[in-house]
Amino acid sequence: MSTRSLSKGCFVFKPSPKKRKVSRTTAYYFREGSSDLEDSELRFATCQSLQKQVKSETEQIEEELNEQLFDNLVSFLRRSHSAFQEKKTEWTCRTKSREIPTAALVLGVNVTDHDFTFRSLSEVLQNNVTPYIALLEAKDCPGIKNLMQKLLGQLMNCCIDVDSSEEEDYEHVSRSRVRCSMTTLINWYESATKRTDSETPGKKRTSSRHWQSPPVVVIFKDMESFTTKVLQDFVVISSQHIGEFPLVLIFGIATSPMIIHSLLPHSVSSLLCIELFQSLSCKDHLSTIIDKILLTTQFPLKLSEKVLQVLINIFLYHDFSVQNFIKGFQLCIVEHFHSNPLSVLCCQLEEAKRRVNSLSHNQCENVRRLPSFRRYVESQVSEKQIALLTVDSSLKEAVQKLLEDLNVYHENYFPILRCLHVFTSSLPKYPLGKQIRELHCACLENRVWETEEYESSLQLARMLNKSDLVTMLQKCVEILVSSPGREFDEIVEKLKEFLTQFQKLEEAYQERDESISPQKELQKKTNLYHLQKTLLELKESRRSKKLTKFEMLRFEVVDYIDSLVRHYLVPADHKTLHEIVYFNTASVLREHLNAAPRIALHTALNNPYSYLKSEVL
Amino acid sequence: MSLAECRSAGALEVKFVPDEDVLRHIADDAGIKVQKGKNQLIANPKRFVKKLEAISDDEAQEVLEEKSYVAVLGVCGEESMTNGSSVGGGEVYTFQTPKRSNKMAELASELAQTPGQSAVPDPSKCPEKTAKTPQSSKRSSSSQVQQKTKKNEFVSTTPYRLRKRLAAPDAQLESESEYSASCSEEEEGEEAQKEVSTVLSHQKTPAKTKAVSTPPSRKTLTKKKDNMNDLVEEYFEAHSSSKVLTSDRTLQKLRRKRLNQFLEEINCLNVAELQQTLHDLLQKSPLAYAAEIKELNQQYESLFSKWMLQLHLGFNIVLYGLGSKHDLLEKFRTSMLQDCVHLVVNGYFPSITVKSVLNSITEEVLDHIGTFRSPLDQLEFIMKRFKEDSSLELYVLIHNLDSQMLRGERSQQILAQLSSLPSIYLIASIDHINAPLMWDQAKQSLYNWLWYETTTFSPYVEETSYENSLLVQQSGSLALSSLTHVLRSLTPNARGIFRLLAQYQLENKDNASYPGLSFQDFYQQCREAFLVNSDLTLRAQLTEFRDHKLIRTKRGADGVEYLLIPVDDSTLSDFLEKEDEDI
Repeated sequence: MSTRSLSKGCFVFKPSPKKRKVSRTTAYYFREGSSDLEDSELRFATCQSLQKQVKSETEQIEEELNEQLFDNLVSFLRRSHSAFQEKKTEWTCRTKSREIPTAALVLGVNVTDHDFTFRSLSEVLQNNVTPYIALLEAKDCPGIKNLMQKLLGQLMNCCIDVDSSEEEDYEHVSRSRVRCSMTTLINWYESATKRTDSETPGKKRTSSRHWQSPPVVVIFKDMESFTTKVLQDFVVISSQHIGEFPLVLIFGIATSPMIIHSLLPHSVSSLLCIELFQSLSCKDHLSTIIDKILLTTQFPLKLSEKVLQVLINIFLYHDFSVQNFIKGFQLCIVEHFHSNPLSVLCCQLEEAKRRVNSLSHNQCENVRRLPSFRRYVESQVSEKQIALLTVDSSLKEAVQKLLEDLNVYHENYFPILRCLHVFTSSLPKYPLGKQIRELHCACLENRVWETEEYESSLQLARMLNKSDLVTMLQKCVEILVSSPGREFDEIVEKLKEFLTQFQKLEEAYQERDESISPQKELQKKTNLYHLQKTLLELKESRRSKKLTKFEMLRFEVVDYIDSLVRHYLVPADHKTLHEIVYFNTASVLREHLNAAPRIALHTALNNPYSYLKSEVL
Repeated sequence: MSLAECRSAGALEVKFVPDEDVLRHIADDAGIKVQKGKNQLIANPKRFVKKLEAISDDEAQEVLEEKSYVAVLGVCGEESMTNGSSVGGGEVYTFQTPKRSNKMAELASELAQTPGQSAVPDPSKCPEKTAKTPQSSKRSSSSQVQQKTKKNEFVSTTPYRLRKRLAAPDAQLESESEYSASCSEEEEGEEAQKEVSTVLSHQKTPAKTKAVSTPPSRKTLTKKKDNMNDLVEEYFEAHSSSKVLTSDRTLQKLRRKRLNQFLEEINCLNVAELQQTLHDLLQKSPLAYAAEIKELNQQYESLFSKWMLQLHLGFNIVLYGLGSKHDLLEKFRTSMLQDCVHLVVNGYFPSITVKSVLNSITEEVLDHIGTFRSPLDQLEFIMKRFKEDSSLELYVLIHNLDSQMLRGERSQQILAQLSSLPSIYLIASIDHINAPLMWDQAKQSLYNWLWYETTTFSPYVEETSYENSLLVQQSGSLALSSLTHVLRSLTPNARGIFRLLAQYQLENKDNASYPGLSFQDFYQQCREAFLVNSDLTLRAQLTEFRDHKLIRTKRGADGVEYLLIPVDDSTLSDFLEKEDEDI
């Protein structure tokens, strides 16, 4: 069948039913497309499990981050709601002024992330507060009529969800398009609450989960894109009826809370009783995600410096969307497992060791082809070189050992990185960056201790005062103690020793304070000659600037940190077999996520040679 | 000399080379005449260019900065193998950055300023030479320029169009042709000499700029009448006109003449025939670099299973790049999708709508009988069905997602929502250079694109096959003729009614949200013009129009009936003109 027609633009193709049952799985395409057939099944399984893990982890992180906000919102609902329930002075006076309780939820410019937030918010509310939730989007509501339609549709549907036994007659109602007005809404609300009230003995579940006469929550997802008129009308209309049923509005705001006042005139906004809620900024959000996902040993796959830069740049320069960042990371996972046959070893250490044993000969050859492994071989003695290059079993042994080394390296790397970050993040002007991700990138890029920035930050660290230094050391101790690394006992000991030395120093100072200070001696001496002499001595000593004990100790501490950095923060691409766990084809990522069609056209037209490798061009 | 360095300065290259070319051109062209001044002319440009280099240095710095951002994004060519991403963003975009255009503006204003002064050194010797070679003489005064630039308060206010033109990518070609045109023209006019002398008398005034920069043919007319008044006029002209350096012999003029000729020819021929012959001719000529293109295509075909994988993992795929991607997608369809339910949408089809896409999904894929009140309802239905039944899978191929009919905001929103369903796999192609502007962040995240560059260099045969098709009433002439035909068969009153409506619509053509003329207003107007005597007669007349699809009625939000003529404004005004002639 052809897809050319003069009268049609859409063509549907349906294979015959018996053919259709051969539906291919994703794994099939993974196998088909991957460059190397080795272990593709295993790779795909690993990839999938890793993706799932990352997904659940990120979701959990997000939930934790939103928890506070949601708690606040729920308590806000409770407060506004209790007023309604009591139907006492406060409520009546509010009814007189017809104010609708409103939560202004400032979510930031990363609009794409809002969807997830709203979804979990409505889930939380559904579970704890009320079944009557309507989520409205500007694109569905060009007019007040559509808005009311949408609102009623959603509310009546959710009512059906709650008690499915009554589905029949209610579906009937919603089908036969009731006239969408506030009165229908109120009637519906009364009947719905009455029903649940009468059924409470039978249905404990609903009553225990929700409050009595639960409020109707209307969420405007994207407040800014709503037409002013629609919003105004809705607010005015519903304020007329606020006495008859408990309505609560939630405005999702991307820019600033000022927008409410610019969208709604004073006469309308005075009908709202607005409370402001601020969600976590997307930058903090990203930092948490990076901290929990990339800077741990939990996930075997790591990102190289360039890849991370690309992802962060897309975040910072394009959308501020954490979801997109995670999507990019997911793409990295797929790409890595898809393109790299050795990625089969990219899993937890024990599993990887087992997999090493079952490597095929081809895979062993793949290992030998890795540049980092070649470097390693060259550094060995000749007999061992031959063994590594010819005997598979000895290679496997070496690979196991190397993988273990790599694991240990990571285990040490991240805690030490955090310690270094504790130091650098408090320095003036942040020579190594304010965020830990910047420091991480710097460390991955090349030997960090060879950079100028590191030099200057060390110099600045040598000028820290004592209290800062002590708090930093304490923080470092905390980080190291809580980390699983095995080699840290010694370091912790050493740091603690420094701490006690500082402590002692303090005591010594106090003691010295008690002893007679040179100034006091000065006062005693009345002889002019002596006075001159001592003054000279004082001056002399100031000039030569003999290091105090504190300074000596400070130098020692900084030097010690320096030595730690030199030992543990070796860039990853100096490590053997880093190709297995590091995804480093940044160009692929950029091409697919941040493409530049303009440039492609430009090149194709100006320099066709780059595509058609023809000598003529 | 500085050519190589200029090259390295990126986009600046386009500016400097033409200058020298022009210089050479002038030296060749007017060589004999300018001989005396030649040495001076050639020596000075060097100085000037040196100064430009100084500027270009810090511009290069900017370019570097821009590039570093691009490089950070991973542009670095080493890793991207065949793809054209090796071009830095700086090279493509620089002409538009405001900073740079300011610099360009500075240069431009310098260029615009200096020529008058350049005549100062020895006006007696070669006045006509300076006049004849405006571009070169400009440069001969670099030293004065340097002093002058400090006073140039209005630098940034130089005409935007001038700036743009100077910064335009193909300035080289453009300027060359323009310069040569002006040169040749000036040789014709003997008055040029006189003009220059008049100009020289006003040297101290700002008007001097114009003396050389404006085409003499235009000036001769104004100049001779009134010298003093001109000064003011000239000043403003020099500082506002974008055509400071060009003659008025523009391409447009030429093209119009040719176009008219061409149109006459076309009138003789049958359009379809013409198209056919063109097609045949194109068919005969062999495709250049066929082997390389084939290899390129094979490269893309090897990606098919990867695309399938990524589609299954929840991404959607968009193809971009030069050349028709129709065949590639077709190949993808035949090789990978034979056993699956799939939908092919020809976005380039002139009457494609989102509704038809949704209809084919509900009717043919989901076997649903029944209609929907709005596309949104339909979309909801589809989403519900796909969410309920997880065994349902649908591959959607859209050729030209950015086509005229689908690029609207609402269509894109619906398609994006459709594509966000986990069991709908979308693979689409885009061709317009600004196509990505269709999508805001929200839509982009719904689409969840993975971009693939597929530059195929193959001709857009299929996509353009509907152009000028008789089935598509795109061409204004066709609609116009049908309009006049129908109208001729009507009574004068009916014609008057239609005229009223057309005039009202033209009056409101600048109003983007013009809903049409409401029936009541229309009736009132018709009554006032003695065209109808009752509501009913007007309705009867309107039915006639409606039957011929001359008008369309639409109900507004308030239930009022609005009348619209579904013809574009230019055709409508043509029609009115013709009617006027007839009367």
